Amino acid sequence: MTLDELLPGQACVVRDVHLEGAVLQRLLDMGFVEGARIEVVRNAPLLDPIDIRIRNNLIAVRRSEAGGIEVERV
Amino acid sequence: MKQQAREVTVALAGQPNSGKSTVFNMLTGARQHVANYPGVTVEKKWGSFATTTLRVRLVDLPGTYSLTSYTQEERIARDFILTEKPEALVAVVDASNLERSLYLVFQLREMDIPIVLCLNMMDTAKSRGLAIDLEVLEHELDMPVVPTVGKKGLGKRELVHAVERAVGQSPRARRYIRYDAELESFLERLDARLEESRASVDSLPRRWLTVKLMENDEEARKRLVGRHEVAREGNVGDLVEYVDFLRREYIESFKRSPEKSIAAGRYHAAGEIVARAIEGRDFDRRSVTDRIDSIVLQPILAPIILAGILLTFYQATMVYGTVLADRFFPALQEGKEIIAGLFAPTPDLIRSGLLQGLVLDGLVGGVIAILYYVPIFLILFGCIAILEDSGYMPRMAFIMDRILRSFGLHGQSTLPLILGGVVVGGCAVPGVMATRAMKDEKARLITILIMPLMNCLAKIPFYVLIVGLFFSAYQGLVLFGISLFGFFVALLIAKLFSSYLVRGESAPFVMELPAYHVPTIRGVLSRAVERVWLFIRKIVTIVAVVMVGVWFFVTFPGIGFEREMHYDARLAEAEKDLYDTIAPSNRYARYLSGDSLVDLMHYRDGLNEAQRNAGEDAHELKEVERTFSTRNPAFFALANNGVTADGMIDPAAREAASKLKRFERKVRGIKRERRKEIIDASWAGRVGRSLEPVSMWAGFNWRINIAIISSFAAKESLVGTLGTIYSFEEGSQAGTLEQSIRRTESGWTVWHGLAVLVFVALFPPCLATLIMIRHETQSTGWMIFATIYPIVTGFILACLVFQLGPLLI
Ligand SMILES: Nc1nc2c(ncn2[C@@H]2O[C@H](COP(=O)(O)OP(=O)(O)OP(=O)(O)O)[C@@H](O)[C@H]2O)c(=O)[nH]1
Ligand SMILES: [Mg+2]
Repeated sequence: MTLDELLPGQACVVRDVHLEGAVLQRLLDMGFVEGARIEVVRNAPLLDPIDIRIRNNLIAVRRSEAGGIEVERV
Repeated sequence: MKQQAREVTVALAGQPNSGKSTVFNMLTGARQHVANYPGVTVEKKWGSFATTTLRVRLVDLPGTYSLTSYTQEERIARDFILTEKPEALVAVVDASNLERSLYLVFQLREMDIPIVLCLNMMDTAKSRGLAIDLEVLEHELDMPVVPTVGKKGLGKRELVHAVERAVGQSPRARRYIRYDAELESFLERLDARLEESRASVDSLPRRWLTVKLMENDEEARKRLVGRHEVAREGNVGDLVEYVDFLRREYIESFKRSPEKSIAAGRYHAAGEIVARAIEGRDFDRRSVTDRIDSIVLQPILAPIILAGILLTFYQATMVYGTVLADRFFPALQEGKEIIAGLFAPTPDLIRSGLLQGLVLDGLVGGVIAILYYVPIFLILFGCIAILEDSGYMPRMAFIMDRILRSFGLHGQSTLPLILGGVVVGGCAVPGVMATRAMKDEKARLITILIMPLMNCLAKIPFYVLIVGLFFSAYQGLVLFGISLFGFFVALLIAKLFSSYLVRGESAPFVMELPAYHVPTIRGVLSRAVERVWLFIRKIVTIVAVVMVGVWFFVTFPGIGFEREMHYDARLAEAEKDLYDTIAPSNRYARYLSGDSLVDLMHYRDGLNEAQRNAGEDAHELKEVERTFSTRNPAFFALANNGVTADGMIDPAAREAASKLKRFERKVRGIKRERRKEIIDASWAGRVGRSLEPVSMWAGFNWRINIAIISSFAAKESLVGTLGTIYSFEEGSQAGTLEQSIRRTESGWTVWHGLAVLVFVALFPPCLATLIMIRHETQSTGWMIFATIYPIVTGFILACLVFQLGPLLI
């Protein structure tokens, strides 16, 4: 499944990032590497972007990008 | 024996919010300079400090999460390290966020510069229950580690010592981190190839280059190509092709791209070191931030809180800022008067010297027009610094992104647009400046480009005038409608631009929502002052130059000798009239002609001026009267309405004074008429007239054209210029401007009014805004574009209103 399918409060592990170029690199820099544990904290008021907790940092990601992040529920 | 201090450069690198600037301040104190990196709006900050053996030039690099070539900040930080080769780096890291920080530190180490690790925010780490074993960390990282609390200035001495030692360090084999075995074997193969062609690439750190090439880093590849072309010998293609070949092979064998393995390798290494060096549990570190977020980002409360904060911000900047600016303005005016005083009074009653006009109206006027904004900027930048430091800024973007994105904008466009004046009057200049915080280049450019369409404060008096003329019954409604109209056109245009016009690099929306901080007063103030100062230095000279150009445009080529003679003749006639009507027996008569008359007029101006300055202060008023009456008692009586210094009414003086007043009115009339003729005859006026055939499509006659053209320098003058033009058509000053327009333009219909409103709503920006756009986009092309497209759009819409409107009703 992909990250945008998760609901606030749900945690998961990153499997892969199916994106390219600047977005991919930025996500990698933020720690979205294989095996990283992340958690969806909340949606923005209009449900997009979403607020993700990763390695104790909060990162906002748009849904379109979250759709490219393959995850596995834990 | 005292050693000669050695000069070295040291750079501070680190992730955003790790405390670089705080550490920078701690080390350098007040010896700081700020500028922009050439060609971009990223701030460059440097300062200096001395140790017993060194004179250190310290550079505060922009905060970056990584060192790729995808963002401006990252390119600047790494180019600085690669080309300036500082003697040492101080890597400032957030001790409570060590894992992600090390991700950057590993990359810095691959650049082969001695590093001192400044483990900042130790207080936060401690309060979260993290015990960091410094020795283990030092050993694992193979670099000196200095714990600091930048905010309290703790650890300064140790840091300085560590820098001193690091600078002296002889180069030795450095321990790079190891990526996974497969990747390492590819790196080795690439390294061997680079070794063969060493002459061409040896000035770049080898390990760094290898890793970057495997990461498919655009800039690293370019450097490879560039160097080969210079080195002229052979196999350029080979090397780049070989990199591509290696990458393809890697992807095929392991089903993933090397950049993923590289990032994973860095995080893996960071995780291992953190596991060994940190003991203790991270207490729920975001409890405070989390609790604030659960209110501030709550779906229903979020927009309300956002609106409240923006309103406060707007109030502070636009309302209090303007009040402050208005209070500060008389001081500027006084400055102008002091400069005016440097010019000898002209013996001519209807003209002032050309040089005086150039200096006062062009140069000084332009500089003052800009300096007027300084108090507003000071508050603006202070407020922005508070929003930035507190951590709310990115949350604002988080809330608004969904809406703004559909128009090609970005969540971060919210603040600039509000400042520009979405609903009520704003100002495009701070609006454009506030886009600086936007990282998405494309959305930033679009935001800048639509800024001229916002409702700038200076448009309001004009709206009020036109609305009063044609729509006085629906004043509020029309004003509101026209603001909304401007905003919707702006959104549509933003959408158009983002789809068809602006390319630019669109940064990914992956944005950190940092923990909330209480901003420090010192931090906020120093940032505000710093940025205002940068602004003044950059802008004022340009504005002065452009204003001089505008001055020429509305002044030259002048009205010609014959017309000047005509005005001289009229002046002579008025003088003769004055002399004739006064009884020769009046002992004041001799003051009312020739040079003495000119002196008297200047004396009178001086007295009025001094009285104005004294204001309500009775004591000072007396003092002014005393000085002026001792200087020339006869002039005093004449200028003071026939009342002498001792308070007596002198009938002869009174008669002369009243004649003098009539004369003066005439002179003012001649002066104004001449000025208007000059504007009409000027290049600006000619353009206005020659445009009339075209502008009539929208219902604008040449008078409106001239007003619009000459108000280009600052829209504030739009109503003022109309005043000059219309009060003359009537030949008198009687009545309000509204009435004299109504009398002159009796043929105007509602559609004339609506068309001109629509045009002015989309009116091109004032000069200050344009210069700001030039400065922020670093492109003259965009500046010209931002001038022309609002005119074209506004004109087309105004034509539509004017031509189609009457058909509808
Ligand atoms: N608790 C604590 N806060 C600190 C410390 N050092 C800095 N801060 C705060 O951290 C925030 C960020 O500090 P800056 O110095 O602006 O960080 P920076 O690295 O320059 O940030 P960018 O320029 O955005 O990359 C400020 O609010 C500082 O007051 C510290 O040692 N402890
Ligand atoms: Mg900083």
